[in-house]
Amino acid sequence: MTRFIERHPAWALIVIIAVAVALWLIFAVWPPGLEEAVGRKRVFLNAVFNGITLGGLYFLVASGFTLIFGLMRNVNLAHGSLYLFGGYVGYAISASTGSWVLSFIVAFVLTALVGVLLQVLVFRRMEGQDLRQTMVTIGLSIVFADLMLWACGGDFYQIQTPNWLIGPIELPLLTAVKSSGEPVYLRYPLVRLVIFLASVAIGIAMWLALNRTRIGMIIRAGVDDRDILAATGVRIQVVFVLVFALGAGLAGIAGVVGGTFQSLSPGEDIRFLLASLVVVIVGGMGSIPGAALGALIIGLAEQLGSVYIPTYAIVVTFLIMVLVLALRPQGLLARR
Amino acid sequence: MLKCSVGLLALSSLFLSGAAIAQEKIKVGVTATLEGTYTVLGEDGIRGHQTALNVLGKKVGDKELEFIIASTDATPDSAVRAVRKLIEQDKVQILLSPLSGDEGIAVKNFAKTHPELTFINAASGAQETTYVDPAPNFFRYNMDGAQWQVGLGKYAYDEKKYRKIATVGEDYSFIYTQVFGLVLEFCGAGGQVTNRQWVPLGTKDFASVIAALPDDVDAIYLGLGGADAVNFLNQYQQAGGKAHLMGGSIMIDQTILSSKGNAKNALIGTIAASGQADTWEDPGWQKFVKAYQDAFPPNKRFPSPSLLATNYYDSTMALILALRQVNGDLSNNQAKYKEALAKIEIDAPNGKIKLDSNRQAIGTNFVTEVVDDGKGALFSKVVKVIPNVNQTLGYDPAVFAKIGLPSRTVPECKKY
Repeated sequence: MTRFIERHPAWALIVIIAVAVALWLIFAVWPPGLEEAVGRKRVFLNAVFNGITLGGLYFLVASGFTLIFGLMRNVNLAHGSLYLFGGYVGYAISASTGSWVLSFIVAFVLTALVGVLLQVLVFRRMEGQDLRQTMVTIGLSIVFADLMLWACGGDFYQIQTPNWLIGPIELPLLTAVKSSGEPVYLRYPLVRLVIFLASVAIGIAMWLALNRTRIGMIIRAGVDDRDILAATGVRIQVVFVLVFALGAGLAGIAGVVGGTFQSLSPGEDIRFLLASLVVVIVGGMGSIPGAALGALIIGLAEQLGSVYIPTYAIVVTFLIMVLVLALRPQGLLARR
Repeated sequence: MLKCSVGLLALSSLFLSGAAIAQEKIKVGVTATLEGTYTVLGEDGIRGHQTALNVLGKKVGDKELEFIIASTDATPDSAVRAVRKLIEQDKVQILLSPLSGDEGIAVKNFAKTHPELTFINAASGAQETTYVDPAPNFFRYNMDGAQWQVGLGKYAYDEKKYRKIATVGEDYSFIYTQVFGLVLEFCGAGGQVTNRQWVPLGTKDFASVIAALPDDVDAIYLGLGGADAVNFLNQYQQAGGKAHLMGGSIMIDQTILSSKGNAKNALIGTIAASGQADTWEDPGWQKFVKAYQDAFPPNKRFPSPSLLATNYYDSTMALILALRQVNGDLSNNQAKYKEALAKIEIDAPNGKIKLDSNRQAIGTNFVTEVVDDGKGALFSKVVKVIPNVNQTLGYDPAVFAKIGLPSRTVPECKKY
């Protein structure tokens, strides 16, 4: 941090000012002139919160994607299918048992299992052939999409939010002060906050597992140089299977999350594949903190865009991607 | 050389025989949105189409009708691609297409490049399709989005006493047309539309849109359909929304009212207008509902046909009945058939339908209110039936032309 300030004093100043402005926008009561110019504070705060929570969902999908890529150099274009599969499994479980939490567990286990099968039956057979693996994953994603369409139909499904999560909660953030002097606080859907906190928890757990455990050390070593790692006697194939299972399972969990606060239908697989591609391109292929940063940026851009420039909202995401590719093609937080 | 000419001969005889077979059958191409946001709407449209075939049969004189179905995703280019494929590869002679608003405008323009064929609109409802520069071989037996809103504005103003409303709608031609019809009538009665929000078709995350809804209005009008509508309702429930709602024709429809989950309960009591009402007593309507219910097992259909099923039923009915009038004669660039189509009056389940000089339907409209049947299923109940609704909504054509074409900001909120 201090090194960054020493090296780029001008950039550091800009970042500090931007953070200060953002904090002021979030915590202060807006003067009437500002409300007139850009709209009510409630709308702005909601858009920011929605962007952050949507970023949480994107992070769940993209972290698995980036983990698999980082270790195996395998661009798994069937990742979106795993997301949708997890969502459908979650729906089936929550509809039959009524338990929301159980649906996460089952979705994680089953999608992880599919991930294991994919790695063992398909990708192990074409190790090191990046292009071939990528082509195969495209083919698989089409097959999966049609199979799921056949099994579940074109209907859209929604996973029932448990009763204790329905409805908004009041946050200690001022949105306005009424003429009587009574403060108005932000009301925000509880379920989105819970899901966001859960994804932060998963992110931290992943970071800890990667940086503080032996298996994490092996995975990090594999990301850097998997041939040397294999030469040291580590059973690299087992590590591959494990990572693939974890990445797929995370996509499955994300499917349940997406099915809860949005909905599941054919085509969602492609949408989330595209979202996670954009996220990891912005954040840096193979980097978990990069996926977190990318997810946050894309989520915020989508939500703020949909409120303040609705006509061009879709373009904003890709504009960010183009800018990153032009200025820092390896991604914002990539190491190399 | 010899080999080559033999091959050519074989190939051409193959084509000739193909043409010979095609003459005994009449090929009809059908498109529906079987992908993307409007998948559920397309599926139910096809169910309506099949119900019509069950009721009317596929024979026309000694010829047999053959239907080929192609899928689209509600974008104009997907519709043109599907129609082109049906014409060029499957050699269809008649088209029953398309389902969605923007598709309709694109297919109408494409129809002009094939003046020899006949295009019968399946369900699309943008005003521009038949109002601006209509194609002589494009026939529409359903009303447009504005016609489907007739009665709603007055009912909201006079009976519900709403004075100020805001709208949220998908950003494309059909919803522009629906809001056009609503605003014209509601503002004409003296109401105010304070805010119009537009969201892209296929929006998943409505949280920010919901946050931006104004709270100083009497009701919020929702012009959404398919997956978008379900997503909106779900997130509306999570945000604890409590406003009075009004609905467009594909919002208050079985495609949404019978979706899974309980977010749809926010719609109970919502007023809407559409080309049909689920609980209409009319014997013709009840007969159609029965035919629809009998044609499919309960888990493969809605409790009652959606607006899309009805539209596909009506257009298939017009297609077959007119073809029977000319005894399947498609000679001379289908001239006789087109004449019959322009003149035919069909006794559709949702009221009598005839065409105006632009080949656009004049029909019956329904103002409805959503009710719970006591067992958790939601239906639209008739409040008012309005017969003979034409495309200019009862306005003098010259006055109507001055209002402008439906768009994000047209019409202005005033009395025309």
